[in-house]
Amino acid sequence: MATLESKTPSGPLADKWRKHKADIKLVNPANKRKYEVIVVGAGLAGASAASSLADLGYKVKCFVFHDSPRRAHSIAAQGGINAAKNYQNDGDSVYRLFYDTIKGGDYRSREANVHRLAEVSVNIIDQCVAQGVPFAREYGGLLANRSFGGAQVSRTFYARGQTGQQLLLGAYSALMRTAGAGTVDLRTQKEMLDLVVVDGQAKGVIVRDLVTGALERHAADAVVLATGGYGNVFNLSTYARGSNATAIWRAYKRGACFANPCYTQIHPTCIPVSGDYQSKLTLMSESLRNDGRIWVPKKKEDRLKDPSTIADADRDYFLERMYPAFGNLCPRDIASRAAKRVCDEGRGVGPSGLGVYLDFSDAISRLGANGVRERYGNLFDIYHEITAESAYEQPMRIFPAVHYTMGGLWVDYNLMSNIPGLFVLGEANFSDHGANRLGASALMQGLADGYFVIPYTIGDYLATQKPGSRPSADGAQFKAAEEAIRTMTKRFVDNQGREPVSHFHKRLGKLMWEFCGMARTKAGLETALQKIPELREEFWANVRVPGSAETLNQSLEQAGRVADFLELGELMCRDALTREESCGGHFREEHQHPDGECKRNDDGFGHVAAWEYRGEGQTPQRNVEALNYEFVKMSVRNYK
Amino acid sequence: MVAANTTQPLSITLRVWRQADARQPGKFVEYQAKDLSPNMSFLEMLDVVNDQLTGKGEDPIAFAHDCREGICGTCSCTINGKPHGPGKGVATCQIYMRAFRDGDVVTVEPFRAAAFPVVKDLITDRSAFDKIQSAGGFITVRAGSAPEANGMPVPKPDADLAMDAATCIGCGACVAACKNASAMLFVAAKVSHLGLMPQGQAERDRRVLAMVGTMDELGFGNCTNYYECSAACPKLISHDFIARMNRDFLTASFRTSFKPESAGASGGAA
Ligand SMILES: Cc1cc2nc3c(=O)[nH]c(=O)nc-3n(C[C@H](O)[C@H](O)[C@H](O)COP(=O)(O)OP(=O)(O)OC[C@H]3O[C@@H](n4cnc5c(N)ncnc54)[C@H](O)[C@@H]3O)c2cc1C
Ligand code: SF4
Ligand code: FES
Repeated sequence: MATLESKTPSGPLADKWRKHKADIKLVNPANKRKYEVIVVGAGLAGASAASSLADLGYKVKCFVFHDSPRRAHSIAAQGGINAAKNYQNDGDSVYRLFYDTIKGGDYRSREANVHRLAEVSVNIIDQCVAQGVPFAREYGGLLANRSFGGAQVSRTFYARGQTGQQLLLGAYSALMRTAGAGTVDLRTQKEMLDLVVVDGQAKGVIVRDLVTGALERHAADAVVLATGGYGNVFNLSTYARGSNATAIWRAYKRGACFANPCYTQIHPTCIPVSGDYQSKLTLMSESLRNDGRIWVPKKKEDRLKDPSTIADADRDYFLERMYPAFGNLCPRDIASRAAKRVCDEGRGVGPSGLGVYLDFSDAISRLGANGVRERYGNLFDIYHEITAESAYEQPMRIFPAVHYTMGGLWVDYNLMSNIPGLFVLGEANFSDHGANRLGASALMQGLADGYFVIPYTIGDYLATQKPGSRPSADGAQFKAAEEAIRTMTKRFVDNQGREPVSHFHKRLGKLMWEFCGMARTKAGLETALQKIPELREEFWANVRVPGSAETLNQSLEQAGRVADFLELGELMCRDALTREESCGGHFREEHQHPDGECKRNDDGFGHVAAWEYRGEGQTPQRNVEALNYEFVKMSVRNYK
Repeated sequence: MVAANTTQPLSITLRVWRQADARQPGKFVEYQAKDLSPNMSFLEMLDVVNDQLTGKGEDPIAFAHDCREGICGTCSCTINGKPHGPGKGVATCQIYMRAFRDGDVVTVEPFRAAAFPVVKDLITDRSAFDKIQSAGGFITVRAGSAPEANGMPVPKPDADLAMDAATCIGCGACVAACKNASAMLFVAAKVSHLGLMPQGQAERDRRVLAMVGTMDELGFGNCTNYYECSAACPKLISHDFIARMNRDFLTASFRTSFKPESAGASGGAA
């Protein structure tokens, strides 16, 4: 059984990180270049980590499956990044950002981690501005802010509706600088397919060259995974099509615990599904909720009427009605479930009945169309592109969609998993968002992990490893891992099935959305736990992967990823079934207050569930890390 | 509501460039794509065609894509001779079938440019862009060494203009659209973004010289002012940035060539 020691430093909350930095071991500058670190992934977390570690003097090898690090999924983040700068003089502070994040996460994250995140948030903005990130500015030349869900202050920094793009390009520029200087050995179009563990420690990876199909073995002193989230287990989501769980899933199968897999975020404002061919769902940034008002008709009969003909008195601005204090800006999980509820009542709009209006007419009368264009122009353009409708003239139609996964590999305060030498950063870990992530906090976490946490904490591990003790990539474990991957690939291309990979991915997605989506029940989850293994069996028997393994083969890439989703989906359902409470993004219908809000069970489930793999066909082991709330009281979230 | 006339299904004939890998010759192959919803994206249409090919045991069409919302710069098809196809200010993934008519013959090719060799079918190797970035597309700042963010005000118009340039998604359509296969718009966008910000001044000369030099080395052509690049650019990046970069380049060339020996020796000039 894995030991889950959080290594949270003792002492007052606000001093923990400072004290920890002073206490942990350091690697002296001359020794740093003797250590080789593998970083898998170069989104915000990976690119910031790789460049920062290289600048410290470590030898870094960075792998991405994309053809350029600039294409990582982080590029798509729209709305912004939080930081406790208090530039607006509206009462923000490190403590308030910490508190909002803990509360937003429904009291299921570690206090010390979240406080550190809030502390370094201010350094992130400094760092990004110095890199030339063109954040929005006021006429005086100073940085502008906007507000985001779950907060009553304006602390979100943004670059039009393309904040993720600009932050990633900043981190990418640092990565390309270090790659150009030769301090990072950057390898694009290489997909990590296994983690190599030697004597209980993470010492390397197996990657496949996606162009030539060749398998490669790489050894290192430590391995950092920054491979993003696993929301594509639902098939339809706001993620990029290529986002996948393979790196963390295979690490799980090598012994890394997977924490809280069932914590999924469903984003309230996405463009509704239009047909069966659909390949992705597009997010309309939460920032739109600053000025847009969400409503459905009060009467079912009005559902298909032209919205402009529905009088104000006949509209139900349901978020403003249910949550007057936060209104349209209540947290995502709450807004999504409220939308589901009104649609379940038969008041959903659009052809499918699975939609609610996001209306800008008030904002347009207040700010003028140009004022609205200035703030959200590119989002309105995206909406128009996809739906052929103008949100300047009629309300947008939106519906919740899978957007983010709070769960991920378990890590301690140093961001190291239970496998020594394996570090996990960004969305791939479970660390900071508890059961629900607040808007604009993922970008913050990715960059915090990469620029400001791992540069310190990796030293604490490396200092325990003798320089030059790294195993050879020709060792037995490496060869065995490579051989296992070769066998799996061969099995795919030799399989004479009839259905394309997408067929199974779609079916898995439907199962997950129905039984492990916005609202979950015991019976539903039990059904899913029966159906997913059946689907998995069918997949292996009947999947068709044309072409060979020795060339670029997108079907083969997809097959491996979907094979992993078919296993991960089961673990998510198992986790959701075991967690007999509702919290944040995890809503069990059996556990709700009379008004439909989440009913937590702090005594029974005020902990992290970290699942440990025990072999094929075996039920995984559920380990528990207790969450000790020393500074904040776990209380009922109230946004009313 | 989506207008009623846009819900009529349509069928098209595709002429797709098929090429097994960089070493083998390629050719156009015809496929029928039938009963398509006009609200389907162009890439979703390719998904459907690929699933049908797979069902028949044939090799599906390899095409690059990821975000499918016009921001990652991965998708890169030339559709009916136009990089990113018939839309204005959109990437391939933002083309919807409503842009075509029933019975159309639609030609799909990879982005064509000597510096972007074909990897397979519609996928090209655009790593040259990363090399140009590596040469100088950055501001050197180690994590932890940055000054307070509001210590350096940036006039809003400069920040906005920098942002206009910074929206480049690195797709390479500008190169594919240019008859000289020039990468000037891409390079100018990065040079201008960083050069417009006060933070970018310290490395301004070095940056423009290094990026332009690398671009030339990698086999991109010259700019002869046809501005096909801006027209094809999914972010409609203005060719004015090219003029701005040319000025920067000249200034930088003068400044560095007039630098006294000792300044270079002390690490001043690159
Ligand atoms: C549409 C959208 C909008 C969002 N908007 C916001 C927002 O406004 N604010 C906010 O805070 N958050 C936002 N988020 C969330 C945020 O963007 C992500 O959580 C965050 O960017 C994840 O960063 P990352 O570095 O962890 O991973 P990613 O950016 O996903 O990067 C993963 C990297 O890992 C590599 N990789 C993955 N698997 C492998 C493998 N097996 N082998 C090799 N390489 C691999 C990839 O190539 C890539 O480089 C948004 C998310 C979406 C979907
Ligand atoms: S300038 Fe435009 S066309 Fe060229 S790479 Fe950038 S976004 Fe693409
Ligand atoms: S797929 Fe990302 S820009 Fe088209």
